[in-house]
Amino acid sequence: MLDFGVIVSNFKFLIVQGLFGWGGFAGGTLRLAIPAIALGFVLGIFIGVARLARSRWINLPATLYVEFIRGVPLVMVIFWIWFIIPQLLRLPIPEYGVALTAFVIFEAAYFGEIVRAGIQSVPRGQVEAATAVGLTAAQTMRFVVLPQAIRNMVPALVTQMIVLFKDTSLASIIGYVDLTKAAQIVNNREIKPFELYLFIAVVYFAFTYAMSRFAQRFERRLTAA
Amino acid sequence: MNYQFKWSVLWSGQSGVWLLQGLVTTVEISVLAWVLAAALGILSGALRTVSWKPARALATAYVEFFRNVPLLVWMFFWYFGVPPLLPRAVQDWIFNHSAEFWAGMFALGVYHGARMSEIIRAGILSIPRTQFEAAMAMGLTTFQAYRLVIVPIALRLIVPPATNDSLNLLKNSSVALTISVAELTFQTRQIETYTAKAIEALTAGTVIYLVLCVGIAAIMARVERRFAIPGLIARGG
Repeated sequence: MLDFGVIVSNFKFLIVQGLFGWGGFAGGTLRLAIPAIALGFVLGIFIGVARLARSRWINLPATLYVEFIRGVPLVMVIFWIWFIIPQLLRLPIPEYGVALTAFVIFEAAYFGEIVRAGIQSVPRGQVEAATAVGLTAAQTMRFVVLPQAIRNMVPALVTQMIVLFKDTSLASIIGYVDLTKAAQIVNNREIKPFELYLFIAVVYFAFTYAMSRFAQRFERRLTAA
Repeated sequence: MNYQFKWSVLWSGQSGVWLLQGLVTTVEISVLAWVLAAALGILSGALRTVSWKPARALATAYVEFFRNVPLLVWMFFWYFGVPPLLPRAVQDWIFNHSAEFWAGMFALGVYHGARMSEIIRAGILSIPRTQFEAAMAMGLTTFQAYRLVIVPIALRLIVPPATNDSLNLLKNSSVALTISVAELTFQTRQIETYTAKAIEALTAGTVIYLVLCVGIAAIMARVERRFAIPGLIARGG
């Protein structure tokens, strides 16, 4: 028999602990997703710019990095970080650190491709004009190319942010208490899998759908302009 | 770093067999899920472009709900959530017939069907409307126009993005290890558990995934050239 009362009685644990990460466990979907998006994007900018660098010593490693990461499942990357980092640092790392590192490394490759495409969409004449007024290469990138490129990238960026937001559910595999893990914990006690997993599906949906609607509005505004 | 490498764990004992079994399961679940995803994607992608509103609304609801929820949640939902609602006899039957494989395959296919649907819809919308009008003028019904004109053209246009998402499907099949489908990542973890040689095991799994992905991408690049519509789209490279 379906019993959605289980959601009400565990609402605090699922949302406050699982989604926001306030409570007994160092967890939370949003506490993982927001820094992962920010850091992944910053690293992605460097990788995207490096892929377009003229020097082979810079663009080849960046290209290899992107191609490597894009050929491997995220689950695999999470396991790599989980085993490698404690070996390298000789000390145990909390799940939060493992998950955040894995997501930043993984998503930076995808963000890097978006940044590269965005930069390539800026007309060549812009760079020539910036050079003509006496800007250095770094200044051209910072003041002329990137501001225009980021504008072109917004729809793809939001899509990738949605992907990353959903991907954070995989952190539950290594025991990080996010929304998915919280539902698993409650389910182990209550045995109401249908109600619980449907509920968190709706919570995830509410977030990602709002993000995608925002992206669509932004896209329309850009094409109208 | 104080790690003793012992690569021989990969070919001594059970490891080689496990990796091979994992690879076979990964390919099996991915191929079956891909067929399901392609069927659902073509159907719902086409429905999203027809003029009849209820069909459009239904297809849109499917796409938006399924692609906006994490695949892992869908795996749990189809594997743990749905079977208990079925009659006792049906439950016993499916749990005797590798329920985790079918639930994982279904979750993967339905999730990627929603993503495939978006790609196919974009392909159909990029076809000039006059193609559809010409088909109607020839006396085809809407269904015939889609089956004989619109969908075949759209499928030839979408080879690159569809390849990309098919590779995502292959990589996402690794999520099925959470419901204990013995696919490649699961077997990699098993080798690690038995031999305590994490780096070797993970390297083996990673290399297999890379070879699969790079190989499929190379094959599909040739397919793309072969199916490109001459004169309609100019693709560089």
